[in-house]
Amino acid sequence: MSSTSLQPGDTLDGFSIGDVLHAGAMARIYKVHYAQGAADPGFPMIMKVPRMTADDGPETIVSFETEHRLLPMLTGPHVPRFVACGDLAVKPYLVLEHLPGRTFQALLDEAPRFDVDRVVSLGIALARACHSLHRQNVVHQDLKPANVMWHAWQDGDQGGLAVLLDFGLSHHADLPDLLAEETRKPIGTHAYMAPEQVIGIRGDSRSDLFAVGVMMYEMLTGELPFGDPKTPGGLRQRLWMDPQPPRRLRPETPAWLQEVVLRLLEPQAEHRYPSAKHLAFDLEHPNQVHVTARGERLQGTPWHQHMRRWLRSAGLQYRPSTMPSRQLDEVPIVMVAVPHVDVTDGTLYSLRQATARSLGVRPGARLACVTVVASAEADDSDTQRSMLEMLRRWSEPLDLSQHQASFHVLGSGDVATSIVQYAKRNTVSIIVMGAATHGLKLQPIVPTIPIKVAMQAPCTVMLVKEDLPVMSLADTEEA
Amino acid sequence: MGQCNNLRMRLALLSDIHANPVAMQACLQRAQDLGATQLALLGDLVGYGPDPATIVDQVRELERAGAWVLRGNHDTLAAAPPAEKRTVADAGAQWTHDQLDVEQRAYLGALPMQLVQPPFFLVHASADAPAAWRYVNNPIVARESLAHAVCHEGVRYVLGGHVHLQALYYQGRGSTLMLFEPTSGKAIPLPLHRQWLATVGSVGQPRDGNHAAAFALLDTDAAEITFFRVPYDVGATIALARRKGMSPEAIRRLERAR
Repeated sequence: MSSTSLQPGDTLDGFSIGDVLHAGAMARIYKVHYAQGAADPGFPMIMKVPRMTADDGPETIVSFETEHRLLPMLTGPHVPRFVACGDLAVKPYLVLEHLPGRTFQALLDEAPRFDVDRVVSLGIALARACHSLHRQNVVHQDLKPANVMWHAWQDGDQGGLAVLLDFGLSHHADLPDLLAEETRKPIGTHAYMAPEQVIGIRGDSRSDLFAVGVMMYEMLTGELPFGDPKTPGGLRQRLWMDPQPPRRLRPETPAWLQEVVLRLLEPQAEHRYPSAKHLAFDLEHPNQVHVTARGERLQGTPWHQHMRRWLRSAGLQYRPSTMPSRQLDEVPIVMVAVPHVDVTDGTLYSLRQATARSLGVRPGARLACVTVVASAEADDSDTQRSMLEMLRRWSEPLDLSQHQASFHVLGSGDVATSIVQYAKRNTVSIIVMGAATHGLKLQPIVPTIPIKVAMQAPCTVMLVKEDLPVMSLADTEEA
Repeated sequence: MGQCNNLRMRLALLSDIHANPVAMQACLQRAQDLGATQLALLGDLVGYGPDPATIVDQVRELERAGAWVLRGNHDTLAAAPPAEKRTVADAGAQWTHDQLDVEQRAYLGALPMQLVQPPFFLVHASADAPAAWRYVNNPIVARESLAHAVCHEGVRYVLGGHVHLQALYYQGRGSTLMLFEPTSGKAIPLPLHRQWLATVGSVGQPRDGNHAAAFALLDTDAAEITFFRVPYDVGATIALARRKGMSPEAIRRLERAR
C-alpha cells in the first residue's frame, strides 16, 4: 500500500483533490470534486485516506477495512452518503458526503455544560440515529462526541439531526467480524466504552446506549461518569461502580432525566433500555418515565456497597452470560459431561435422552458438550480433534434446531473439579452426567466423580442412570 | 469493491446433492435466476437419496455444458461399495450401487477429487487430504485445509461441502481462524487480500433441521459470496424414496433433515 500523501491539485481515480480538512493520527481528510468538471452528485464530497505507515498495527488497517465494508451498505439520514472507495490492495480511500454542521465534541469545547432542554433534544437525536443504525443490524461500538455530527435545523438547535461518523470499529451482524478475536481484548474509546466491551464482547446494540448515556452525562454535568481511565483496572471500574448522580453535580437536573441517564449507564446491558427507540420515547415523554430511587438520588453510592460489588465483580470477569450480547442473556446453559473411556453405549444413549429432555423444557437453551482428558493430552491437536469429533457424533441425534451447541475438551487431572470449574465459569444452569453406577459400591469409602460434582457444583446436577432396557441388556451380557 | 482480473464469473456452488433431483432443480433454478455463469458440483452427488441414476445423468449433462464436477466420499462408495457392510452408509452405498448401470458407476469413480482454478480451490472435504474426507467443522481443521490450499499460486478461496452446514472461516484479529454462520441471502464481501474457507451446505440432505436446500453463489466481480436456502417439495422426494423401497433410516433422514 502506498503511503505517499496526496497533494491539493492531484487527481485520483477521477477525483480531483482539494484542501486538507483534517490531518489526524488515523486518516487524512480532503475536500474532493469530480475531475474534469463533471457535476458533483448534489452534495459536497470528502475523501478519507488512512494513514498507514510501517509501524501501524494491523488494527488501523483492519478498522479502515471494516469501514470500507460497512459504509456502502448503510442507508438513511443518520450516516454520511457513500460515493466510492479505492481498492484496499492498491490505494485505500473512501469518498463520502461532506456533512454540514459540527461534531458534538466541537459543541462541548465551546460550552462544557448544556441546558437541560438542550441535553434532552440532543439525546433524542442521538437515540434516533442509533436506532436507525441498529435496525440495519449494525452496532457502532465507538460512539463519542467526536464521532457524532450535529446538523441543526434552520431555527437553532431545538431540532436537528445527529449523523454518526467513523465506522472503523463497528459490528455488522450479517458479516464476519474482522475485529473479532478469541482472547477478546477490549477495543473502543475508554471514556465511552460499555462494560461488556471492556471484557471484549462485540455486537450488542445496548453498548451504544451506554455510550449515549456517557455523552448525555457529559453534556449535563461537564464531567465524564467514569473519567478517562488509562489502565485496565481503571477501565474495569465501570463493571461495579455507580457514577456520581448527575443531580449532585447539577442540582437542577430533573429526577426523570437522571433516571434515564443512570439507566443507560447500568453495568449490565439487560438493565439498560432494550433499544434506542425506548430511550427516544422516554426522552420525548418525561411524564411517562417511572422515576425510582435511582432518579431521586443526590448522594453517591456508599463505599462499602461499591466494595461488595467490586468483590463480586472480581468473580464475574469473563462471564459472557452476565454481560451478554443480543439474546444470549438469560438463556440457560445445559452442560453435559460425556465420558470417553469405560463407557457403555447404554450410558451414552441415556445421557443423550436426558439431555434432550433437559433442552426440551428450556426453549432456546444453549448446550455445552464437555469431555475431560488428561492435562498432558489437552494441548495435543490430534486428541482435541478426535474428542471434538466424538462429542459432535454423540450430539448428532439431538434436535438442536432451537439450541446453540458448543463442544469443549477440558484438560485436567481431576475430572470432578474441572467439570465444576467449567460450570462456575460459564454460569451453567444444569449439569447432566452419568451416575457411574459401577462405582456405587465403593461410594461410602471413596466419593465418586458424580458425587463430588453434585456436592461442589454451583447448580442443579442431573445424574443419569442407564435406561432399564439397556440395563437388562447389560445384565445378559454379564451373565 | 475488490477486483479480480483473471476471472470474472458468478460461480454457483452446489454440494452434497445426495441423489435428490427435486432439491437440485430448485437450486439450479435459483442460481440461474441470480445470473450464475459457472456451476460447480462439489461432490456427494449420490448416497442417502432416492434417485441416483437420474442425478448422475443430469450431472453428466451439466458437465458437458461446462460445469465443474468433483467426487465425494459417497460417490466413491457407490462406485465400489465395500464387500463388508459395517455402517449404515456402507449398506446404503450398496443400494445406490444397484440403482446405477456400469457406465454411471464408472463415471462416479473417475471424477476428480479437487480442482484448483485460482482464486478457487474446490474440494469436497479438506484441501490438505481430500481422500481422507475430514470434516471441516472447526477452526483447527479449517486452518489446515486453508493453509494447504493457499500454497497454490493465486488461491484465495477454499470452497467445499461434506459437513452439510453453511459456514465461513476467516482470519480475525487473533491467531486462530474465526467461524461465521451466514444469513441466507445476505451478501458477504470476500476481498482477495484475505483468505477464506467456505462450506456451502447440502442441497439434498441438510442437517440443521431445516429442509430447505442449501447452496452458495460467489461473485468474483463484486468479490462477494451469498449463501442461500431454497425451499423445495421435500414431500415429493420422500414419496419417491418410499416408492423405491429405501430403508426406514434413509426416509427418516429426509423427514427430519438431520
